[in-house]
Amino acid sequence: MNKHKKNLIRIIISAAIFLLAILLPLPNIVTLLLYIAAYLIIGYDVLWNAFRNVIRGHVLDENFLMSIATIGAFAIAKYDESIFVMLFYQVGELFQSYAVAQSRKSITALMDIRPDYANVIKDGEVKVVDPEEVMPGDRILIKPGEKIPLDGKIVVGQTSINTSALTGESLPRESLVGDEVISGCINLNGTIEVEVTKEFEESTVSKILELVESASDRKAKSEAFITKFAKYYTPSVVIFAALLAVIPPIFVPGALFSDWLYRALIFLVVSCPCALVISIPLGFFGGIGGASKKGILIKGSNYLESLSKVTAIAFDKTGTLTKGNFVVHDIVTNSVTKENLLEVAALAESHSSHPIAASIRAAFGKELSMDRIREVQEIAGFGISAIVDGQQVYAGNAKLMAEQKIEIKQLSKVKPIGTTIHVAIDGNYAGYLEIRDEIKPTSKAAIKDLRNSGVNSLVMLTGDAKVVGEAIASELSLDHAYTELLPADKVEKFEEMLAKRGEKDQLAFVGDGINDAPVLARADVGIAMGGLGSDAAIEAADVVIMDDDPQKLATAIRIARKTIRIVKQNIIFALGVKGIILILGAIGLSNMWEAVFADVGVSVIAILNSIRALKD
Amino acid sequence: MKKVVKLENLDCANCAAKMEDGVSKISGVEKVTVSFLMQKMTIIAPEEQMEDILKQAEKVIHKVEPDVVLKL
Repeated sequence: MNKHKKNLIRIIISAAIFLLAILLPLPNIVTLLLYIAAYLIIGYDVLWNAFRNVIRGHVLDENFLMSIATIGAFAIAKYDESIFVMLFYQVGELFQSYAVAQSRKSITALMDIRPDYANVIKDGEVKVVDPEEVMPGDRILIKPGEKIPLDGKIVVGQTSINTSALTGESLPRESLVGDEVISGCINLNGTIEVEVTKEFEESTVSKILELVESASDRKAKSEAFITKFAKYYTPSVVIFAALLAVIPPIFVPGALFSDWLYRALIFLVVSCPCALVISIPLGFFGGIGGASKKGILIKGSNYLESLSKVTAIAFDKTGTLTKGNFVVHDIVTNSVTKENLLEVAALAESHSSHPIAASIRAAFGKELSMDRIREVQEIAGFGISAIVDGQQVYAGNAKLMAEQKIEIKQLSKVKPIGTTIHVAIDGNYAGYLEIRDEIKPTSKAAIKDLRNSGVNSLVMLTGDAKVVGEAIASELSLDHAYTELLPADKVEKFEEMLAKRGEKDQLAFVGDGINDAPVLARADVGIAMGGLGSDAAIEAADVVIMDDDPQKLATAIRIARKTIRIVKQNIIFALGVKGIILILGAIGLSNMWEAVFADVGVSVIAILNSIRALKD
Repeated sequence: MKKVVKLENLDCANCAAKMEDGVSKISGVEKVTVSFLMQKMTIIAPEEQMEDILKQAEKVIHKVEPDVVLKL
């Protein structure tokens, strides 16, 4: 029989005896014996713990205070109240313990990304081992339905991978040979062989678990306040209770000792700060847990607090608001066909590893025959010179054209707002390719969501050219774009913004965590996007959005605000009710039934309220 | 170094706070957090003192809640 059931049965038996004693017309002495029996059945463990703790020199714990309060009530012949207080206390404890067990369970479910084993392939044989024993370079086999135990690269097979435990994204990721796989995700349908790239300790799953588990170590201001408050609350209330029992009967004429003792006992019943001590951390934990279910890692309760106060956000551009993969947006030609120009450019760029070159080859999309090109020369910062099909071709920026004394003709009325690659064939200007970074499909909606939730200043900091940056900022309706910033300029600009923010405002920075670590570190809240697979992002930021969906920013802020709201409600509710009962108790207008509600009832309600933070 | 200890049967949130307070007063402890929800204690202290600190911490914890079992 588990602990909860045992306690429930005890409560029922004791309550039944209690009812008998109240309802049956028994001789006084029998009634009293029934009262004592009911009291001992429900309270023996509290009394025992109190006794044991006093022996150990540990007074003023919950058990001790409850014992004194109920024994005191018994002594002044308030039997029914004494038993009721104990009964209600136990019912509350049961509820509390159940609620805590429940939230612990949902937290463990959240942590259920830890892989238990890895299938290592050694000398053609498959062996099941602890993931910690696997070394980088080892090959592991992952069957359908299994958790990916370590980060690595697929070497054999293909499959789709469910990343939802880490990202909250339900769409599976198709993965082929050469693709990276991330530990903690689930392999859905294909058997794959993976070459391990990181040992377990360094793998994504370990990092995430470590991060979530230690998130509660970084306490929010309100948590620190409660800890401090709890330290002084109990002793103060107890001292006040003692004074209340002793002083008025001595100095107030006609005051009855039993009357004032009763008032003092009420104080003892409400002297535990339990409601706050449990529900506040639980609320924060729920918020962090609920966010991580959505693929948002928050590194501490303090960041949850700052996040709820964010009024301004500065964004990095590439990889944050845009995909960071370049595509050919437009082809404008002079003398040749568009297809022809693209083919020539793709051939000229066929050896280059530059992302722009890759985007041109991708746009052409057909096989490139290497024997059509000769004498390829990459001129860093300018472009490429090559002989294509026997013709001299230059492909690159305006500087390259100027150097080759090729005049760029104005071919279109619209000024290109992307990166421009000019192409010249045999000394004649042939046209240009405009290459743009794609804006993420959810960026626009993300900015709108943020504005709707009251984040009123949204700006962009980018190293990119003015035309490019401003075009994107206006398409996304950002307030301002600071462009052509070197990494050091970004820090400087951001510090200017920090200096200008209001006292209660929090300024967040959102980046991809790769080259903006200094800015992430300076921000009130540094948020990194695309944490999945990027250690740098996970390390550098306070909040990590695992996939690269900017719409999660508004989600994160919403969760943070909800959590803080719940925490505040609990603080006000618990302190308010206790305060009222203390005042009413002192002037003799409150009774023990109300006091035990203020203690245990409030605690249970606050816990139930906190659990809401976990559910979105 | 950092050491994480599991605290089984940790049933009272206020006790967790008292344990944290008590353990933080042991000499050599740089930082300690007791998480009631995770039922674990994280101690940061110099490696050479760790063993000694853990022994003292166990005493402190048992004084607050005798039923708690420490598991490394």
